[in-house]
Amino acid sequence: MATVTAEGLKKFYGSVSALNDVSIKIDEGKLLTVIGPSGSGKTTLLRAIAGFVKLDEGRIYLDDEDITDVSPEKRNISMFFQNYALWPHMTVYDNVAYGLKLRKYPKKEIDERVRWALSLLDVEGLEDRKPNQLSGGQQQRIALARAIVVEPRVLLLDEPLSNLDAKIRLRIRFEIKALQQKLKLTTLYVTHDQEEALSIADEIAVMHEGRILQMGTPQEIYTRPSSLFVADFVGINNVIGVAVSNGGVRLGEMFIPVEKKSDGQEAVIVFRADEVRLAKEGTDAEPDEYAFGGVITGKLYMGSRYRYEIAVSDKTKVIANSPREFALNDRVTLCVKRDRVFVY
Amino acid sequence: MKKHRVALWLLKVAAVCFILFVIIGPLIGVVLWSFAIKWYWPHIIPQVMGVRYWMDVFHRGRVLDSILLSLEIASIVVVLSLVIAAPAAYGFSRYKLPLEKFLLVIFLMPQAFPQLPIFINIAAVFARHSLTGNMWGIIFVHTMASLVFSVWIITATFRSIPEELEQAALNLGASRFKTFFTITLPLAIPGLIASAIFVFLWSMGEFTGAFFIGAPYIQTAPVMMYTAAMGYNMQTASVVALILMIPSIAFMIIIEKYLKAEYIGGLGG
Repeated sequence: MATVTAEGLKKFYGSVSALNDVSIKIDEGKLLTVIGPSGSGKTTLLRAIAGFVKLDEGRIYLDDEDITDVSPEKRNISMFFQNYALWPHMTVYDNVAYGLKLRKYPKKEIDERVRWALSLLDVEGLEDRKPNQLSGGQQQRIALARAIVVEPRVLLLDEPLSNLDAKIRLRIRFEIKALQQKLKLTTLYVTHDQEEALSIADEIAVMHEGRILQMGTPQEIYTRPSSLFVADFVGINNVIGVAVSNGGVRLGEMFIPVEKKSDGQEAVIVFRADEVRLAKEGTDAEPDEYAFGGVITGKLYMGSRYRYEIAVSDKTKVIANSPREFALNDRVTLCVKRDRVFVY
Repeated sequence: MKKHRVALWLLKVAAVCFILFVIIGPLIGVVLWSFAIKWYWPHIIPQVMGVRYWMDVFHRGRVLDSILLSLEIASIVVVLSLVIAAPAAYGFSRYKLPLEKFLLVIFLMPQAFPQLPIFINIAAVFARHSLTGNMWGIIFVHTMASLVFSVWIITATFRSIPEELEQAALNLGASRFKTFFTITLPLAIPGLIASAIFVFLWSMGEFTGAFFIGAPYIQTAPVMMYTAAMGYNMQTASVVALILMIPSIAFMIIIEKYLKAEYIGGLGG
C-alpha cells in the first residue's frame, strides 16, 4: 500500500479543461471519494492516476516515487472499470488469474490466490463460467476480485455501483467499505452519488468544472459546505435567493446577519429539509435555533415521515421533513439549528 | 376471410417454390450435367448417365491440378491478406491517423473500377517483370484486391472491441504486445474468420485477373472451367463447379461453429 499525492494536475481537451490545477493526497490505507456531476473531471483524475490520461501539467507520486511518466502497465495500480471490462472470451478463473500469470507466480500460488479473492468477495464456484453467464452483481464482484488479487499499491474505483440496482447497491456499499478496511487498501473512489460518498469515504473531494471545490471529511463536507455548489451537491433541499438589507438576510421572522455582503446584494439561504423541526404555531425555539412561521401548502407521505411544502411568505416556499402529522393549511413554526443554516 | 387465407397460403407456397427454384434449379442442372454422358434437346433428363467425367477429372491430371492450384493460391492469399490487413486495421481502429478516411478509400480503389481494364493493365506491367504466367503474379493481384474486404471487415471488428478491455489488461501489468495477443486478437477472431472466408471464396472464384495474368501457362479452376465450357465440355465444367462448392460448404460449417451469436454477443462486454 502506498500514499498517493497528486500536485497541480492540468489536462485540457481543446479549450475545455478537464483538470484545472487539481491536487489531492490519499494517505496509506484511506479511502478518498471524488464526487461531482458528470463532466466535472472526476473520471479524468482517476484515469490520470491509472496512467491512461497524458497530463499537460502536474506530477503524481506514489509514496516518494514520481510516477507521472511511468506507463500504466508498470504502475501496479489496479483500476475497477465502470462497465467492469471483464474479458468475455475468458472464464472467471482466467480473468482473475490474468494479473497473477503476468507476475509469473507459480501455478499453485495462482490457484490459491484466485480462490482467496473469490471467497473474499463471496463468489466461489463460478470459476468456469464466462462473464456473460453471470448476473450484474456477480460480474461486479469478479471485476473487483481481479483488481485486488494482484495486491495493488492503489485501488481505483470508477463508479463501482452505478450499474447495479438500488437494493444490491446498498449491500455492496457495506462490503466494499469492509473489504477496503480489511485489506487496508489506499483507494480512490469516484461517484456522482453524494449519499454513497458520505457513507463510504474517509475523505471527500467535491469536483466541479475540473477543480476541487472542497476537500474534507464527510462530516466537514456535510456540516460546513464551503460554497453553494457543494451545499447543493451534498443534498441541501432548500436554496432560497434573497437580497441583503439592514446588514443581513431575512426569511419570515428569521434574520441572519451577513458580514461579507453589503445591502442590496443577492444572497442565498440554504438548509436541509431534514434539519427543520416542525412545531405547532407559537412554540418557542431553543436558544440555538432560528424560528419562523409558515402555512402548510403541500403534504407527501414518505413512510417514516411526511414531507411538507410550507409557504413562509407569498413568494417563498420551503421543504421540510417531519415525523409529526399536520394538516394542509395548518400554521406551523419551523425551527432550525443556527449552525445548520448557511448563507452564501 | 377464408378466401383471403387460402390466397395468402397459395402466395406463400408460390414464393417458397420460386426461391427454391432460383437457388436449387441451377444446382440441379449442374448435378445432372456432371453425370450426363449423352444429353440432347429436347430431353428433360440425360439419355445416358454415368460417372465417366468424374473419373476423367480425377484421373486426367490437368483438371485436378487446376483445383489444387486454386486452393493453394487462395490459401496463400488468405494468409497474406490477414497479415497485412490486421495491423493496418488495428491502426485504423485505435489511433487517430492523419488522412484516415483517405487511406481507407485507397483500399477500396482496386474494386472501385471495372475489373477488366485494370487487369489488362496489370498484365501488361507484370509481363515486363516476368510476373505473368506464374502463381505469384496471381497471388499478388488477389491479395491487393482482397485487402478491401479484409481491411474494412477487420477494422469494424477491432472498433467493436471496447478499449476498456485492453486498458484492463494494461492496468494489470500486460505490455501492449501481450495485450494485443491475449485480449484483442482472440476477441477479433470472429471478424478475422469472416474476413478469411470472404477472401478465400473470392480468390477461389476470381476469373478475370487469373485469366489475364496466369493464362495460358497456368490455369486456376475458374479459368479451366471457362475453357472447358467454351469447348462445349459442359460435363467437365459441371464437375469442377461442384468440387469448387466443397470449400464454400466447409466454410459455412465453420461459420456455424465459430460465429455463434453467443460469442459475438459476448463482445459487447
